[in-house]
Amino acid sequence: MKILVAIKRVVDFNVRVQVKPDGSDVATDGVKMSINPFDEIAIEEALRLKEAGKADEVIVATIGTNDAQQQLRTALAMGADRAILVESDSEIQSLKAATSLLSIAKKEQVGLVIMGKQAIDDDNNQTPQMLATLWKRPQATFVSKLEINDDKALATREIDAGLETIEVTLPAVISTDLRLNEPRFVKLPDIMKAKRKPLDVINIDETINDFNDTPLSIVKYESPQPRQKGIMVESVDELIAQLKEKGLV
Amino acid sequence: MSKILILAQHNGTAINQGTSKAITAAQQIEGADIDLVLFADDVSSIAAEATKLEGVKTVHAVTTSNENWKLAHGIAPKFAELASNYMHIFGPSTTFGKDVMPCVAALLGQNQISDIMQVIDATTFKRPIYAGNAVITVKSNHDKIVATIRTASFKTGDMESGSASIENHTIENAQTDTKFISLQAGNSERPDLQTAAKVISGGRGLGSEENFELMYNLADKIGAATGASRAAVDAGYCPNEMQVGQTGKIIAPDLYMSFGISGAIQHLTGIKDAGTIVAINKDGDAPIYEVADIGLVGDLFKIVPELMEKL
Repeated sequence: MKILVAIKRVVDFNVRVQVKPDGSDVATDGVKMSINPFDEIAIEEALRLKEAGKADEVIVATIGTNDAQQQLRTALAMGADRAILVESDSEIQSLKAATSLLSIAKKEQVGLVIMGKQAIDDDNNQTPQMLATLWKRPQATFVSKLEINDDKALATREIDAGLETIEVTLPAVISTDLRLNEPRFVKLPDIMKAKRKPLDVINIDETINDFNDTPLSIVKYESPQPRQKGIMVESVDELIAQLKEKGLV
Repeated sequence: MSKILILAQHNGTAINQGTSKAITAAQQIEGADIDLVLFADDVSSIAAEATKLEGVKTVHAVTTSNENWKLAHGIAPKFAELASNYMHIFGPSTTFGKDVMPCVAALLGQNQISDIMQVIDATTFKRPIYAGNAVITVKSNHDKIVATIRTASFKTGDMESGSASIENHTIENAQTDTKFISLQAGNSERPDLQTAAKVISGGRGLGSEENFELMYNLADKIGAATGASRAAVDAGYCPNEMQVGQTGKIIAPDLYMSFGISGAIQHLTGIKDAGTIVAINKDGDAPIYEVADIGLVGDLFKIVPELMEKL
């Protein structure tokens, strides 16, 4: 079985993103870029499945500018077998991304797609569900435990009420939650080795025919409303007095 | 007039308040004409509950089989079919809504607007990005708008005095590729974290699962729900459904008291709509104090027992 892992290049999670003063965008010039943390978990899970003999090949794909080759190389250094960059210079919204990934999933005849539940830039949480729907295959979202047995996957999902377990027939789309695994660190020799692994670059138009999408337009970026400055108290008695004054206890 | 269809979430016996919050958001659209869609294997009693939600005209009660009502792909095709007559299709931004709504959007050939926090007009909305570090105003040029509603941004409406009518539907060919196996639910004795007026929340500073009892005891003392930071859940101190933050629950209680939580940006985004935030930590430089209304620096293992005694 082949596994496709879809990843996204995003502003590193340690960076505190600021809105540009003119409200046209967020400032990302010179900011550290990384693989979306949820996607890193997706890569790790695919590699573990391969190491456990449940998969033969791990293909990692991304949609983005040529710069995203860096993130694909990191994924190859982690252990993915080959990479595909679907190149696009413009921002791609979820439905178009799902449509593009669908064509790769079909062409490569993958048995499983694993990807992060959301990207930490736009926090959309849509593409995996859309891909599964367009592919007419099952989905297991927000997965914190995954077991593959023949043509079935047993997935434990982190939902509001607790932990839900579902069984899906493969091929299927899995979206990862934080506690699925802890991604491995990349070692220097692996980075060298990754340079020789295949990385194909194709244009997004090669993956999409007749896609008439009316993208959502972003009118304005702004900083969130700051909270009013609070007070410091010195003792539990003072704290309780404050809470009583506000009618909270 | 703007016809709006909202996904009703329930657990088989009660309607989730997220449904009511989505209705509140929808009512801010001019000329809103609101219907609900509700899925269940045994639909009649829960549909009757849904008719009590104020502001709803019709409840589309869809009978499913084999617990398909819990599964996105079990309900999305019928949902999308019913949605053909509506301009807005909303769901709560709970894990259920997040699972289902993008499927409906894809079936309708639309992008989804995720986590609406403010309605500007019928086609323009505000939503957070970058874990709430920025807010964007999004305009849709679609003929249909599929969206999830950020539940912490809208109030729960009247869930008792409505009088909607019921229209019955059935899903004939149930999908079989996805099967519900089990749900391991947490403690249901305490108030629900997402709707509680008060929340007691613990972090890595608690140090162990045993010490987390302090949080449960204090919560029970003041009738609060319990929450946690990602670090505490990752460390195994408490179950995942207690996690508050960007990827956990986004909540807006009147009172949020945090103990031993340093306040990573991903955690703060989950609580910034809270009425009053109290921070208790031994490190006075922790980022949690930047958003706290009341801060107290000290040892939580001394402070919690003192609170237990004096509250």
